Amino acid sequence: MLTYTIRRLVLSIPTLLFISLVIFLLLELAPGDPMAQVPLTVPPEVKERMREALGLGEPTHIRFGKWMWQFFVVEPLVFTDHLLGTTLAEGQQRVLSWQFRSPVMDVIVQRMPQTLWVVAMSYVVGILIALPIGIYSAYRQYSLFDQAGTFVTMVGYSVPPFFSGVLVIVIFSVELGWLPSIYDTTLVVIDWETFKLQLMQMVMPVMVLALQTTAQISRFMRASMLDNLNQDYVRTARAKGLSEWTVVMVHVLRNSMIPVVTVIALGVPYIFGGAIITEQIFKVNGLGQLLITAIQANDLPMVQTVTFMIAVLIVMFNIVADVLYGVLDPRIRYD
Amino acid sequence: MTDTPDPKPIAALADEGPTAPPRSHWRDVWDQFKTHRGALAGGIVLLFIILAVFIGPYLWPYDATFIDIRARNQGPSLAHPFGTDQLGRDTLARMMAGGQTSISVGLTAMLLALVLGSLIGVLAGFFRRLDGPLMRFTDLFLSLPLLPLLLVMVLLFREALNSTFGPEQGIFILIVVAIGVTSWMPTARIVRGDVLALKEREFILAARSIGTTNFNLITRHILPNVMSPIMVSATLGIANAIITESALSFLGLGFPPDFPTWGRLLNDATQYLQDYPERVFWPGLAISLTVLAINYMGDGLRDALDPRIRGR
Amino acid sequence: MTLKPILLGATALVGLASMAMAERGSDGHVNLIYWQAPSIMNPYLTGGTKEREAASLVIEPLARYNEKGELVPYLSDGIPTVGNGGVAEDLKSITWKIKPGMKWSDGTPFTAKDVKFTAEYCMNPEGGCAQLAKFEGVSEVEVVDDLTVTVHFDGPQPNPYGPFTGGTSPIIQAAQYAECTGARASECADENFHPVGTGPFVVDEFRPNDVISLSANENYRDPDKPAFATMTFKGGGDATSAGRAVLETGEFDYAWNLQLAPDVIANMEEAGQGEAIAAFGTLVERLEMNLTDPSTDLPDGERATTKHPHPFLTDPAVRKALSMAIDRVLLTEVGYGKAGKPTCDWVPAPEIYAANNTHCLEQDIEGAKALLEEAGWTDSDGDGVREKDGMKLSVLYQTSTNAVRQDFQALIKQWWGEIGVETELRNINASVFFGGDPGSPDTFVKFYADVEMYANNFDGTDPQSYLASRTCEKIPRPATQWQGENINRYCDPEYDALIKELGGTAELSKRGEIAIKLNNMVTKDSNVIIPLVHRGRVSAKSNTLGGVVMNTWDTELWNAADWYRIKE
Repeated sequence: MLTYTIRRLVLSIPTLLFISLVIFLLLELAPGDPMAQVPLTVPPEVKERMREALGLGEPTHIRFGKWMWQFFVVEPLVFTDHLLGTTLAEGQQRVLSWQFRSPVMDVIVQRMPQTLWVVAMSYVVGILIALPIGIYSAYRQYSLFDQAGTFVTMVGYSVPPFFSGVLVIVIFSVELGWLPSIYDTTLVVIDWETFKLQLMQMVMPVMVLALQTTAQISRFMRASMLDNLNQDYVRTARAKGLSEWTVVMVHVLRNSMIPVVTVIALGVPYIFGGAIITEQIFKVNGLGQLLITAIQANDLPMVQTVTFMIAVLIVMFNIVADVLYGVLDPRIRYD
Repeated sequence: MTDTPDPKPIAALADEGPTAPPRSHWRDVWDQFKTHRGALAGGIVLLFIILAVFIGPYLWPYDATFIDIRARNQGPSLAHPFGTDQLGRDTLARMMAGGQTSISVGLTAMLLALVLGSLIGVLAGFFRRLDGPLMRFTDLFLSLPLLPLLLVMVLLFREALNSTFGPEQGIFILIVVAIGVTSWMPTARIVRGDVLALKEREFILAARSIGTTNFNLITRHILPNVMSPIMVSATLGIANAIITESALSFLGLGFPPDFPTWGRLLNDATQYLQDYPERVFWPGLAISLTVLAINYMGDGLRDALDPRIRGR
Repeated sequence: MTLKPILLGATALVGLASMAMAERGSDGHVNLIYWQAPSIMNPYLTGGTKEREAASLVIEPLARYNEKGELVPYLSDGIPTVGNGGVAEDLKSITWKIKPGMKWSDGTPFTAKDVKFTAEYCMNPEGGCAQLAKFEGVSEVEVVDDLTVTVHFDGPQPNPYGPFTGGTSPIIQAAQYAECTGARASECADENFHPVGTGPFVVDEFRPNDVISLSANENYRDPDKPAFATMTFKGGGDATSAGRAVLETGEFDYAWNLQLAPDVIANMEEAGQGEAIAAFGTLVERLEMNLTDPSTDLPDGERATTKHPHPFLTDPAVRKALSMAIDRVLLTEVGYGKAGKPTCDWVPAPEIYAANNTHCLEQDIEGAKALLEEAGWTDSDGDGVREKDGMKLSVLYQTSTNAVRQDFQALIKQWWGEIGVETELRNINASVFFGGDPGSPDTFVKFYADVEMYANNFDGTDPQSYLASRTCEKIPRPATQWQGENINRYCDPEYDALIKELGGTAELSKRGEIAIKLNNMVTKDSNVIIPLVHRGRVSAKSNTLGGVVMNTWDTELWNAADWYRIKE
């Protein structure tokens, strides 16, 4: 298993380099212009000058090479400088955003707290709700609980966040006035009072996002459990006199986890950049909002960097899932 | 005790020949499917929705794009049972016209994603040599940013498709392909994971040992056993496709702006949520009902295809 | 870190004297929300409106335009004119006097050198300055003494108030930006996020595209202002939720640019937390008629170029009929409410330049039909679409993606259908539509459609360069990489000659006459531009926020120093 993991990690390097090239070319090919948001009152000659100042005049391969150097050499150096107080990256050009004219990485780091607080938290909450629902729905298939669970999760999944988000704001912020409709990213949790404020502003976006996660994962969990509950080994386990809890929660669950692990691993990278609409509705301004505004403003260095980091997470979490398959089902061999 | 009766075979052992004609596999499936109440109800609801949106417009006097500005923002009435929108267009007519597009896009895009995903997933899981390349290909597709990808597709193919298939057909193909091509990856990975575990099971070994070809192994043994995750992907996929379509038109990448779809109706109406809540209700209900109906049908179909359940 | 002493000072003051009406910082905190978030605090590096607005809290020009479009001195001591000798008789230079005693927020004095530096910063060819057009024709900026600066122009400048006025060309500090000129302009992240300014507020923390925390400038010229000690400038979201936060939940005090349906705003106002305020500038929503043929059958380099005139939009009768069929009053009512006025003019303001035409305000479907009939466009095959010599009146009508624009498209399609013109609609993502990517077929300059709709205006109060956009040389074409502002490819030597005349005229009333003539040439007389709605800007303010004067000639936050909290 260890050699397999190492082999996969080594192999992921060329894969990622190739992915970064494809992303770059895709962005290059996509129509769009970093000057699109500049008002029409600015004459076209001036816009052309501004494009040149961004380095758009240079050929594609040079710009790709520059990005590679800045991302893979300069940024790690800056990071070590930051940790050790050295000055390795002195005078080196970092990856600069076209919108902000400031290092892309600084902004990404700035967006981390709210992304983790809201989007990552909602993912965890979603999984924690989904697993018991999925397991119990399958165990008591077609019971009232199963029917209600199916109904709520499917309706929840078919109602998109652009609607459910606005709906909860109208109910809880406008009509009842209980919760704030705008997320304050400058809030720092230092005591009980600020912690309460933080919870209050998190509740709505987390719940709206968790609804989608819950629906998806609980459906897969239920289906997979159902497949396994009728297998012969379950009957054998029961015949041996194992308790119902052990049969379901140990034997069946472990064998049903493979598709669920896949779905969960697939979802993790999208914590960083996938919750665009919900972030926008609640003005959370996390990485998803950063990515979408960068795409709209055609801020190519920003889009390239964020999507590439998501790509790294995708590749890594797929390796994690593959390794977990082996742990869950020792019959799966990769060598 | 002297007379020895004729040795008669035990009744159960008597070979009386088949009592009923042999039944086909699909007949069994259908019989089982019929007994699943949820599936039946789902089927009926879906059939009703499909009939309503495809035949309804022929019976209803209003056109979905006809503007009667004096009748704008009306609530439900006899003339307009679902009310009218901010330009005075009849909501019922728009719901029916929108349903045609949303259901067609949802079903075709979902099928495309499902076929692509299952194919790649099964191949990667079953053939070790294909696993690496196919999964790296999946990783690549997962990593590509969606919006620029769609913009590039529109840029490259819209004019060509428009001139070959006409503007509406062309954009339909483009949208279905765009949604299909960008949503097959989770299915592929889930199916592959299941196949990896399945192919080490005893019954596969048994089938292989009697010389079953790979093709038969996949179609007769592997596929039926990965049906349930595929079914879940299908139900989630159709909801996803309907919503994605609305996001596309919202970004100006979808159908022409006067072309209603359920997703767009929902999106447009969200702004009026407080003032005219009924306007959000109809498209929301229609999408949810369709998805629920397909979900229950998927449940029924999965049960029907499982021989262990079918026997009960 | 300047925040703390001010806060302490503020609370102390409040504690000491409740009679303190207008002490600096006495009104605590104010919350602003801009649904488009500012990405930088330096308007010279981005042309974006949102950045200009945010920056105007911190850095200021010599003079600003007030709500009536008149120049009022800010850092300068009075407005130079020919009358007071500030502007040279030959219109080749303008001399600004700086108000004595002005200080930067770091306490150093504000001098003429900073003004000169600002011009050099923007005019540096490698810097990619977005406001370069403001400095067009400037040959030199001369520092006469510490408080006097003269701007010299290449030739006579009928409007010498371009540089250093309005929100688009504020003065930046020479000491801070000395190392940030030319190619290094974009490397000064810290300077661009925390500019030293003369305005009422200073930046404490800048989070790009998210939120800006500001506090009162200790060295602001008026010791009693600003009334607010701190300010949060939140960005992101959408117009609806921004409006809701001010008008319905009362979480915020001011929301910028509510592009919402009028009945939605009206319903929000009913909650009683605040009100919507509107003001009008020069923004006009219009239809542009493509005078060249955008047909897909043409080879790529020739499509939508002057080589191939449009098959039917070159017929003035068709353009006129298209204009007549539109009910502008209804469009305004449906789409903009009190943020719009129906208009027939391309230049709707200021008063002296406005033609105030009214010929188009009445919809005339029958007249349009008759006109087409007369011009030989008849529906001979009975399919409801008029044709002539086998050419059908079938138009492709494109615009950017935006709810109001899509409603307009639907309405106009219906009206044109009534007069026998078939319409295909298309909407395009705004970042592609307004972009200048020569590789994309969907940009508004390339105009691969018959009719397109968008809004445009001009900066400041002088329409000369705006009017000059319809000269022949500004036609976008492959040779210019599709750059050019003459969107509809209008070309008339008489028009070009009039533009030249305007450039040589200084007398205001005469300029107005010429501008009106030019406006009429492209609208009333030829209908190559069909104006629809004169759009204002609507923002929302809370009932407790006082001193707000809505202004579209400068930034909306132009008088933020005068804002205060209304106490019950």
